[in-house]
Amino acid sequence: MKNSHFWRKTKSALASAASFVCALLVIAPLALVFLHLLRSGASAVNWSFFTELPKPVGVAGGGMVNAIAGSFELLGLAALVGVPVGVFGGVYLAEYGTVRGNWLLRFVADVLNGVPSIIWGVVVYGLVVLRFKSFSAYAGGLALGFIMIPLIMRTTEEVLLLVPAGYREASLALGISRWKTIVHIVMKTALKGIVTAILLALARVAGETAPLLFTAFGNRFWNHDLSEPIAALPLQIFSYAISPYDDWHRQAWAGALVLVVTIFFVNILVRFLTRERVARVL
Amino acid sequence: MESAAIIDPPMITPVSLPQQQVASGSEPADVAPERPPAFAVERLSIFYGEKKAIEDVTLTIPSKMITAIIGPSGCGKSTLLRSLNRMHELAPNTRIEGKVLFAGDDIYAPEVDPVVIRRRIGMVFQKSNPFPTMSIAENVLVGLKLNGVRDRAFLRERLEQSLRMAALWDEVKNDLHKPGISLSGGQQQRLCIARAIAVEPEVLLMDEPASALDPIATAKIEELIHELSANYTVVIVTHNMQQAGRCSDYTAFLYLGRLIEFASTTKIFTNPSERQTEDYITGRFG
Amino acid sequence: MAPPSGLGDKVFKWFTLAMALAVVALVFLVGWQLARGSSLAIRRFGFHFLATSTWDPVAEQFGALPFIYGTAISSLIALIISVPLSIATAVYLTELAPLWIRQPIVSLIEMLAAIPSVILGLWGIFVMIPWLRDHPFPFLKKIFGWTPFFSGPIYGVSMLAGGIIIAVMILPIITSVSREILRSVPNLQREAAYALGATRWEVTRIAVLSYAKKGLFGAVILGLGRALGETMAVTMVIGNTPQIRASLFAPGYTLASVIANEFTEATTDVYLQALFEIGLVLFGITILANLLAQLLLKTMGSTIKSGAVQ
Repeated sequence: MKNSHFWRKTKSALASAASFVCALLVIAPLALVFLHLLRSGASAVNWSFFTELPKPVGVAGGGMVNAIAGSFELLGLAALVGVPVGVFGGVYLAEYGTVRGNWLLRFVADVLNGVPSIIWGVVVYGLVVLRFKSFSAYAGGLALGFIMIPLIMRTTEEVLLLVPAGYREASLALGISRWKTIVHIVMKTALKGIVTAILLALARVAGETAPLLFTAFGNRFWNHDLSEPIAALPLQIFSYAISPYDDWHRQAWAGALVLVVTIFFVNILVRFLTRERVARVL
Repeated sequence: MESAAIIDPPMITPVSLPQQQVASGSEPADVAPERPPAFAVERLSIFYGEKKAIEDVTLTIPSKMITAIIGPSGCGKSTLLRSLNRMHELAPNTRIEGKVLFAGDDIYAPEVDPVVIRRRIGMVFQKSNPFPTMSIAENVLVGLKLNGVRDRAFLRERLEQSLRMAALWDEVKNDLHKPGISLSGGQQQRLCIARAIAVEPEVLLMDEPASALDPIATAKIEELIHELSANYTVVIVTHNMQQAGRCSDYTAFLYLGRLIEFASTTKIFTNPSERQTEDYITGRFG
Repeated sequence: MAPPSGLGDKVFKWFTLAMALAVVALVFLVGWQLARGSSLAIRRFGFHFLATSTWDPVAEQFGALPFIYGTAISSLIALIISVPLSIATAVYLTELAPLWIRQPIVSLIEMLAAIPSVILGLWGIFVMIPWLRDHPFPFLKKIFGWTPFFSGPIYGVSMLAGGIIIAVMILPIITSVSREILRSVPNLQREAAYALGATRWEVTRIAVLSYAKKGLFGAVILGLGRALGETMAVTMVIGNTPQIRASLFAPGYTLASVIANEFTEATTDVYLQALFEIGLVLFGITILANLLAQLLLKTMGSTIKSGAVQ
């Protein structure tokens, strides 16, 4: 009897230890990747990385300023598509609709969220690139925007549902119409959460490469026309990574470091924002 | 932190109530006064899905007086109150039978916009709920601003007037830009009252407005309600019989969705006609 | 009376409904685009497209079998690696770990999820592949070399490397969805088992895991859906060779990779059409996987939000 009890306790301890090792293995890649990024990328991140165009093969130095700017332009275009559709779709899910209908919409949004990002590239290629016979910033932005829609929609819905019903009632009881209540009271109360949803979605698509391969396409120079191919940081990292030149590999690492640090920064910022929101609403 | 034990108001027995009413000089007659009534509720039944929450209620709520709705929890008193400005419709699958006439018009007539009804019939809730993103001033003025009032002088005037009527002006006049939720619980509730009266309603519906407050704050709210009745029709739901006795002119007793008795507060608390009413107010209930 | 407020309300409601319906429209848009883009190829190759293994753009012979095979095998490897690790981690985080350590680990897993695929691929090319080639692969060959799965020359880039990198990509999602599921197990379940004198692990095994079985399966399928469509990192380490080989050391190719690699090189209409059809196949299987996953998760009776955890 005693023995069996001892054995059961030991087994419990072993299970704890084993699962702890698993947890370490899960986060190990993060440490490995990040450390290597720092080691290989930090030396190439310098002033000219942020200010210069890529240099031709064989010429040392150069930077990715056009890709950084291009990424921001693409994110801006993506936001134009993804933010209004996502946010107001989330409003519908949280404020209107029937239980069953909304269950279905949520279901479709979640399934859509699982569509591989490369598929969006193919679709936008057929939709925009083939039609206008040119890769373009518009096409890239549209592809990223499509990806953002279900992400923003679901998170917006969640943060709106966190707003206590009492505020809606108080507003309606003042004779404020439903839509003004939603826009001026509910959405305003949940504003930080909505911004968080948008930032998270932007951080997510900022690193997307596959949907840009044949939409934005990439560009070694400045682009001043959104209907022309445009550079993007992840695209540049990809094309440098698979190139045979050491100098470009270094640039790829530098670009990767900048991209990852930016994405991490946004994620941490968001966590900070949400912490305050929870404290405030609850 | 005020200790509830020290300032707990003396238990007011039903018998002592009439004296209070006399002292306040507003002893109402047993029959409704000559003034046209604010509400005439005619054979009203309310359903949530299949469930009948209110059954065949008929009563007349007098204008510029305080009417209390009392009854055990779950008796439908909140539903009845909310049906007076169509707030109960926010729950899904509601349906009504019968009529609610407000100033002679049926508020459930098909062409009537509930938003307009709610502008004329304001509401204060159990839990004070100032909008968390807004300052004190913004909270008071939000109803006007969102309904398109832009005149700054008018808004400023209404701000002060509303806060004065809610007996809050002196306490907050130097902090108007501070967040509404920075106030104490009782102040927040008075802010909600100011917010409700800023849109100049004709009626104030109050759903247990003091149940979440300490006794001192409760006393202030009750005093305020009494003052408001000079200009407004007030309908108040309360589970607190002492409160109903202290501050209302008429009382409706509701039980299981039915109106058991409606009469002057004095009569309800001293000489109720119905056995069930007597059992309830003397605490012999259920 | 004041002007009716009804119009604004109606407009706003219909506007938001239209936005919400965008998700439905997008599903149809994707299906329609892919079908339209591949209609010629579908007519020309018919069912053979899925069943033949010749991929020769010059001769205009297109068979998708090597890519279907590559996608299936690399995803399978990824699941074999990541499922036990993820679920064990989720169990650790909800049941066994000391409270103070839980949030930091959760945050780190979220950060891993935030690393873009292309950067993991970069790391895969320059760090993981050389290491695999020099250490674990020869070791595996020495021990299991007698089986067809670990025989043949070692290049580094390989089906196995692709599977491993996909595993890293899907670890966070399976872990976080599993964690949500375990957290949704009512405490009553645990208390009942504790009351019987069970140890912590026994409580987990008896009360928690058996209760959450269906949801955990949903989490795994959701991970599978991601694995099937994972593109950049795989493309960078799998070797991109359209062949069917038993050996996991041999290079392979996936549906997503072939699109990524060859789309801009598709010079003829048929070639482009074939790639669109590859996209259609990929879309079909990922939709199926996600449908199944969401059904499993949503009928669990809990409010799992897979969208929120990416």
